[in-house]
Amino acid sequence: MDLTLSDTEEAFRDELRAWLEANHPGEPPAGDEEGWAFRVEWQRQLHAAGWAGVSWPKEYGGRGASPVEQAIFSAEMVRADAPSPANVLGLAMGGPTVIAHGTDEQKDRYVAPILSADEIWCQGFSEPESGSDLASLKTKAVKSNGEWVVTGQKVWTTFAHHAKWCMLVARTDQDAPKHKGLTYFLMDMEQDAVQVRPLVQITGEPEFNELFIEEARIPDENVVGGVGNGWMVAITTLMHERSGIAFAAQGQIKRDLAQLVELAREHGVDEDPVMRQRLAQLYIESESLRINAYRGLTQIIKHGQPGPEGSLTKWQWSDLNQSLTETSADIRGPEAPLKDSDWTYRFLRARANSIEGGTTEILRNIIAERVLGLPRLR
Amino acid sequence: MHFDFNDEQQAIKATASEFLASRFKLEKVRELAEAETYDDGLWTEISELGWAGIFIDESYGGQGLGTMELVILLEELGYALAPCPFLSNAAAGLVIAHAGSDEQKQRWLPGIASGEERGTVGILKNGVAPLVPDADSAKLIVLVDCDSAVVVDPSEADVEPVETIDQTRRFARVVSDGGEALEAGVGPGLDRVATGISAELTGIAQHAQEMTIAYAKEREQFGRPIGAFQAVSHGCAQMLLETEGARATTYFAGYAADSEPEALSLAASTAKAYASDAGWRVTASALQLHGGIGFTWEHDLHFFLKRAKTDGHLFGTAAEHRERVAELFVREAVPA
Repeated sequence: MDLTLSDTEEAFRDELRAWLEANHPGEPPAGDEEGWAFRVEWQRQLHAAGWAGVSWPKEYGGRGASPVEQAIFSAEMVRADAPSPANVLGLAMGGPTVIAHGTDEQKDRYVAPILSADEIWCQGFSEPESGSDLASLKTKAVKSNGEWVVTGQKVWTTFAHHAKWCMLVARTDQDAPKHKGLTYFLMDMEQDAVQVRPLVQITGEPEFNELFIEEARIPDENVVGGVGNGWMVAITTLMHERSGIAFAAQGQIKRDLAQLVELAREHGVDEDPVMRQRLAQLYIESESLRINAYRGLTQIIKHGQPGPEGSLTKWQWSDLNQSLTETSADIRGPEAPLKDSDWTYRFLRARANSIEGGTTEILRNIIAERVLGLPRLR
Repeated sequence: MHFDFNDEQQAIKATASEFLASRFKLEKVRELAEAETYDDGLWTEISELGWAGIFIDESYGGQGLGTMELVILLEELGYALAPCPFLSNAAAGLVIAHAGSDEQKQRWLPGIASGEERGTVGILKNGVAPLVPDADSAKLIVLVDCDSAVVVDPSEADVEPVETIDQTRRFARVVSDGGEALEAGVGPGLDRVATGISAELTGIAQHAQEMTIAYAKEREQFGRPIGAFQAVSHGCAQMLLETEGARATTYFAGYAADSEPEALSLAASTAKAYASDAGWRVTASALQLHGGIGFTWEHDLHFFLKRAKTDGHLFGTAAEHRERVAELFVREAVPA
């Protein structure tokens, strides 16, 4: 075991750290439009300095970073409390999908504007009737005169109102078994047939959207990975940047935990024996998350994919973030419901952690079936 | 950067796993546990492999390897649920190696490393060490009182064997007013002891998890294997999460002991708190998922459950180690 960085990795970290110190844009301004413009500008700054698409191959404008460097990048961004770039989904999913499955024409057309934030991407996977059972989705694409005509409804589409392109999975074959009849499209959001409505969540904010699609048109050349391969293309997309995500997750927990201890001090409960047990337990579980991120990274370096502990990351993180924010409420006591603190927002927002990106129940199914080899009920 | 075993460590793990599987089949574990005894011949074999002194300097007759190698052995010993005095002897070796003077180490470590003059460690509470493993057969007892310790000759102490729920291991209650003080503080040694017992707990949890998954695949009710029911399969997934958490925190403590000693105290208490909870929860869940058969004496599971519970209370409970984590972490945490 050796958790020290090589000279190259250390140089990578130092360069990034120095750049972030010199270029940190500060707190994002309030308001949707101002906040969005700020994030677009931040991404342009990252891109100009070569810090957008760090995991992407160099030939596509990325940095070609190793798995360790990707982990360092994620951890340093959290450490510096740097804002997210605007085109998160394009960078994490859209670009890597086009690079992995797209035609040469698609790579030429789509990749560069993702990095520069000139074109924003959103994701059209989930539907009101197809959440955990994603492969049951009903949005239909029918070929007519050389183009696809799409009708259906999508939900939880982050940034749909800013997006130019939607990674859309739609059913192209009604008769095929449900995973087989799906196709992955790039849908132009700038058409009247696509209506975007904000979806207000329990925090009172419209972080997500609903998409109403009524005979939208998609040219045939916007199919990615071939007709009928949509499930495979979508799934491989979800596997991207796993090591980076694990390090971002543990970094966020460590940062918030330090803030939580400060909160406990401010409220004079840091000497309370019950509260000390709870804070210590959060620290202990954050260590499990942190070390499992290193173990997963080691497996990725050695075998190209994480081991059993890699499938635990999202589940561990969501449990831990919920416990952490629940503890913040208990520390604040009668002040906990007051909306004057960011902790109140975080407390409510954390309820989605065990649902978004795969519910904890589905993750347990995956672990039971694929890691432990238990029989399927379905 | 990598966080897994090197080739030599892999080889130690494979050898230990193979040796223990052949010597400590579950029938043998049961036979020894029911007779409440150890097999002296097997202890001689273990000693001849050099395990007892694996972490002890070569100048004192050991192998000169690290805490990580000890962790590897203890995880496998826990997995096999091997009834033997390895843990108690290693605990004494760790404390003496880190708190003894040169002369004290010269005097005691070779016997511990060869396994011929075994030691053990007891933690005093109000002048009594209530739960000392293998004190009835050890040649020396290290009695720890807060940060300091004395080494006691058992013939000059009051050593009273006690019955515990864990029949795979012998325990005694020890009282003594004599002994020879160790030169330095016991912290670094005890942190390694906590790390070692966390490794044993990880191995126990791993085995209980495997037994349960095998059973869930084979046992049928309502016309299908019970592992197809999510109430059962999700319980198995939880066992994996907790076993891997115990393993992760324990390996980091082993790594810290050898490579980042300034991080050891916090890492060791983190591991012991996590592994104590996980050892209990995983074995308790294993019993629940086995249903009625798991509650019978004839099934082997209860030996794992009882060892896990006892280990959880040996060398500091989960709550005590959490308080130590609070002391080390909460006091010093500063927001970035």
